[in-house]
Formats: sequence, C-alpha cells, structure tokens
Amino acid sequence: MNAKNSLGRRGEQAAVEYLERAGLRILDRNWRCAEGEIDIVAAERQVLVICEVKTRSSAQYGSPLEAITRSKRARLRRLAVRWLVAHGVLFDEVRIDVIGLVQDESGQYQLEHVRGVG
Amino acid sequence: MARTHSIALVGVEGHPVEIETDIENGLPGLLLVGLPDTALREARDRIRAAIINSGEQWPQRRITVGLSPASLPKRGSGFDAGIAVSILAAAGTVPVGAIEGVAFLGELGLDGRLRPVRGVLPAVAAAAAAGFRKVAVPEPSAPEAALVPELAVLGAPTLGALLGWLRGKRGTGQAVTVAMSGEGAAARPVWAGGQDVTGPARGPHPAGGRPDLADVLGQPAARRAAEICAAGGHHLSLLGPPGTGKTMLAERIPTILPSLDRSAALEVTAIHSVAGTLPSGSPLMAEPPFCAPHHTASKAAIVGGGSGIIRPGAASLAHRGCLFLDEAPEFGRDVLDALRQPLESGEVVVARSGLTARFPASFTLVLAANPCPCAKGLASEAGCTCTPTARRRYLARLSGPLLDRVDVKAEFLPVSRAELLSDRGFTEPSLVVAKRVEAARDRAAARLRDSPWRLNAEIPGRDLRRSFAPGPGALAPLERAMDLGEISARGVDRVIRVAWTLADLAGVARPTVDETSYALGLWLGVGGG
Repeated sequence: MNAKNSLGRRGEQAAVEYLERAGLRILDRNWRCAEGEIDIVAAERQVLVICEVKTRSSAQYGSPLEAITRSKRARLRRLAVRWLVAHGVLFDEVRIDVIGLVQDESGQYQLEHVRGVG
Repeated sequence: MARTHSIALVGVEGHPVEIETDIENGLPGLLLVGLPDTALREARDRIRAAIINSGEQWPQRRITVGLSPASLPKRGSGFDAGIAVSILAAAGTVPVGAIEGVAFLGELGLDGRLRPVRGVLPAVAAAAAAGFRKVAVPEPSAPEAALVPELAVLGAPTLGALLGWLRGKRGTGQAVTVAMSGEGAAARPVWAGGQDVTGPARGPHPAGGRPDLADVLGQPAARRAAEICAAGGHHLSLLGPPGTGKTMLAERIPTILPSLDRSAALEVTAIHSVAGTLPSGSPLMAEPPFCAPHHTASKAAIVGGGSGIIRPGAASLAHRGCLFLDEAPEFGRDVLDALRQPLESGEVVVARSGLTARFPASFTLVLAANPCPCAKGLASEAGCTCTPTARRRYLARLSGPLLDRVDVKAEFLPVSRAELLSDRGFTEPSLVVAKRVEAARDRAAARLRDSPWRLNAEIPGRDLRRSFAPGPGALAPLERAMDLGEISARGVDRVIRVAWTLADLAGVARPTVDETSYALGLWLGVGGG
C-alpha cells in the first residue's frame, strides 16, 4: 500500500473514532458501487449520514475541505440514493457531511467536521 | 456579518452600494450575489489571492457577499477593496467600528496591491453627497479624490496598508496617506496648482513652442471668427480648400479659451475620469478640453455608449471645451444627427438595457469642410472637377439641422504669398486674444449673473427677446434679411446672440446696428470683416 492510501486509511480511522465518540452509529465503511465509494455511512438517530473523509499531510495545498467541489457533492448525493436502495432501509432525513483532516508537525490530526453540505 | 460601502457608477453619477458579508459554517467557498458582471464575478479569485498574499487568513468557511441595491447593475473591479475589507471584518480580523462611514474604492492585484480604477472623482463626490466622511482609495487616485471637499481621503498603496490603518496600527509597514480635502494642507496644493494657471502667467499654453493663433497667417477674418466663438460659446464652421489653415485654426481655439472655473473643472475632470483619459500627474483639468475625433468615428464613439460599462463619447469629452469635426461631411449621417441632442440640451442620454447614463455634453462645435469632394474648390486656379450635383450633395450632408445651429460660418480663401507676408504684421498671439475673450466673457457673465447661463450662446430665445433686446434700430438689417427670406426666425435669435458677443468684445453696452449687421454677415457666411 502506498503512502497516499495509507494516509487516507489512517484519516478515515480517525474520522470513524471521532464520529463514534460523537454518538453516531457506524453502519458501513468504504461501501463501493459502480458510481464510486462512500467513505463512511453512519446514523445519527433517524438521520442517515453519508460522510466523505479528506485527509492531507499538511496545510500547504490549502484546506482539504476546499477539495469538495460541486461535482463531488452531486456524486455523494447519488451515492446516498444507491446505498439506500441497496440496503432497503428508511430514514427520516439524509445528510451529507465532510470531515477534513490535516496532519500537523507532531503527527496529530486537526479535524474539521462540516455538516449538511449538499 | 459585516457591512462596508462602495460606490457604483452609472455614467458620471455615483450610487452608494452596500457590501454585506455573511460567514457561516459549511464548505469553503465565496458566493457573490447582487447583479455582478463578469469582471466583478472574477473578483472572487482576485480577492482571495490578494487577501492571502497580504498575509491575512482566508476564512475557510462559507462566505456570502451581497451587493445591494441588487437591482443596480454593478460593473468592473472597483468593488474589490470593499469586498475584501467586508470579508475580513465578517471574519472578525478588522474592527467593525473602523469601517463605519468609510467608502472603499479600488481594484486588487493578486499580490495585494491596490490598483487605481476609473471614475474616482465622481464616485468620491457621490460618497460625499451620500454622507460618507472618509474614502479609502488606491494611492495613485488620492489626489483626484482629494478634489472633493470636506472628506478624509485615505490613499493606500496595498490592501495590507489599508488594513493596518483600519486596525489603528499607524506608522507600521507601508504608509497610508491621509488628506483632509478642502481643509487640510495636503489637499491645498492640488487646487493651488489650478489657480496658478488663472494667475498672472495665464493662458492655456504659456510655454513657448506651443500652437498659437498667430501661426494662422493670411486669414484675419477666420481668426476674428474664432475669437468671437471663443468669447460667446458660439458654434463655428470653417469652409475652404485644403491647406488654407482650417485645421490649424481649430486646433488653436483652446489657446484662446479662458481656463475653467472650479465647478466646471470638476465636471470636466469627472467625465475624463470615467473615460480614463485623465492626464497623469495633474488630477484637475483646469483647461478647456479639445476633442477632435476622426471622421470614421462611430456614433457610440461620439455620443458615448458601449455595452457593459457605458463610456462617455467625444461630445462629452469636449464638455466645456471644443469639439472639432474635421472633414465634417465625411462623418456618417447618423453620427452627425446624433450630435443634435447634445447641441440642443447640453447633455447626452445613453439608454441601455438595465440602465440609462447621462453625460454632460455642452461644447463649442467647430466644423471644418472642403467646399467639394475634390477639395479644389471654386476659388482655386486648379479648377474643380466636381459636377454641380456632387458638390451640392457633399455640403448637403452638413446642411439642415446641424448647420442651422452653427452661428458663425467662416470661409477660407486661398491666400497669395504677398498676402501671407503682409498679414504677418497683423497677427496677434493667443495670449492677447485670450485677454479680449476673457474680458468679453466677464462682461457677459456680469450681465447674466442673475440667470443660470454664463455665455451668450446659452440664452434661450424667449429671454433673449424679453431681457436682452439689442439697441434701438439695431434690428433693421435682420428685419430686412428676414423679409428677403435669407434668415429664419430662429436664425434671427442666433444672430442676436452673436451680436451680443460682438458688443461684449467691443465693450459696447448693447448691440448697435454695426454689431447686428456684422453678426448677420457671419451667420450667412459671407465673410466677416
């Protein structure tokens, strides 16, 4: 596994731990279909949370949140529908969140959680 | 949530614009709302780069910038500075108290420099009228902004310097020049410079080697006609074969026009500021402008226009000065017809979808024309090769509505060598003629002091007949000409106006039969003299 992928994996792991601490139930991780991949699927009471995780090793190239473009948000919406269809479950609400992680000098992650982006 | 202010220009009128910024949680991005054009939409990328390169933090959140009133179309890059400060104030890095009552103008460079924009003077004037006490402008525009009285002008070289000033960190980093216009010493020299010109060394071109009326040899009647037009603001046509000095004379008319007074100078400067034709180094245009568009000029170039930003045309750039149309019959018919509106009302109204711009355009029109397309003319020995029809058609393009508004028609005749030499003794330098013109204008101004007009040419016909009737018996030659059908009723009014100017030049209390018959001769174009 190359450095890029392992950074992403560790970032996703950190995000999962953060969400669990925040009281969300993790339903699925790295769910794939023809449309693409959902990093984390979680549930916050009756709300389905589709979570995209973006990790950067430094802030040199700007905030990871800036990498979430309009087309990426649209894809996450389509993926949410596909996941719901594939699993046949019902939720009151579907929300798309983005978690941005930046590694600082000490190797710790600075985490930013933006709710309801699309 | 923060609010700054800027000024949007429509023509030469400024309208205050409120720039509101709201920062909320969400994905980073900048949304610009409120009828922006392309240049303003691009501001997003310019402002981001400028803020980061000024060493500031770009808020990594969802930023919404609203420009209101939203119905007013906003064009160009002049809002950059206001938007940048608004964003930083909303982010909490600029004290909200410091941006209150300040109008911001200026385009941002990617490196954070503040670049000058067009139309600073009218924008700052509008800010003052709207009650702003301070304006922040790019440093190069500060002298121009300082022309508006009773306003503190902050001239900032960069966004960083401007932010430093707003945070109260005076004296750190790059300096911001603060001038209190109208009161402070910094603003004084600007206008004092203007007054120098009206002082003892007056004359638009005091330096040697400049064009001078004395250069126009062999055409004493035409020189006199130019003097009359300069004194009364009358329109002038110059008709004659090439090489006799028509263009030469027209170019020298600005040298005998008096300098502009302060309010006229501000009007002229505002127009040239919007057009971007302000000469660098001297913010105030104290001299009457001279504008000579080429005969291929389009209608929009003459009366103003353009999609997007509406720019003033040559007619407005010649406001309070002289508009010279060389080879006038070669101009497009629609172009010449478009001049009728400004000739009548002294302003141009350009209507485009979404907005209507109004530009002042009160100028002295000077037309020059050859007598026929082959340009040899009847008087020339070479002989004209044009058919009578061609000749008639050529000048007919000018006749009618336009020529009817020309009060003085000067004819140029080919001059022999002997005439050129003998005339040398009679030419007067521009300075001498300008003194007479100014004295005549002063007499007219004293007579018109209780009226909105300043020049004889501006007096409406009704008031002319009621308050400014010529002396007894003076109208006799005009009545005779009218009986013969040589002149219309409107023509009589125009002749009387010129007669008043002649009286002012001669120092006579009111026109006598001498002045009216001379004026009639000028109107008919039979050569003055």
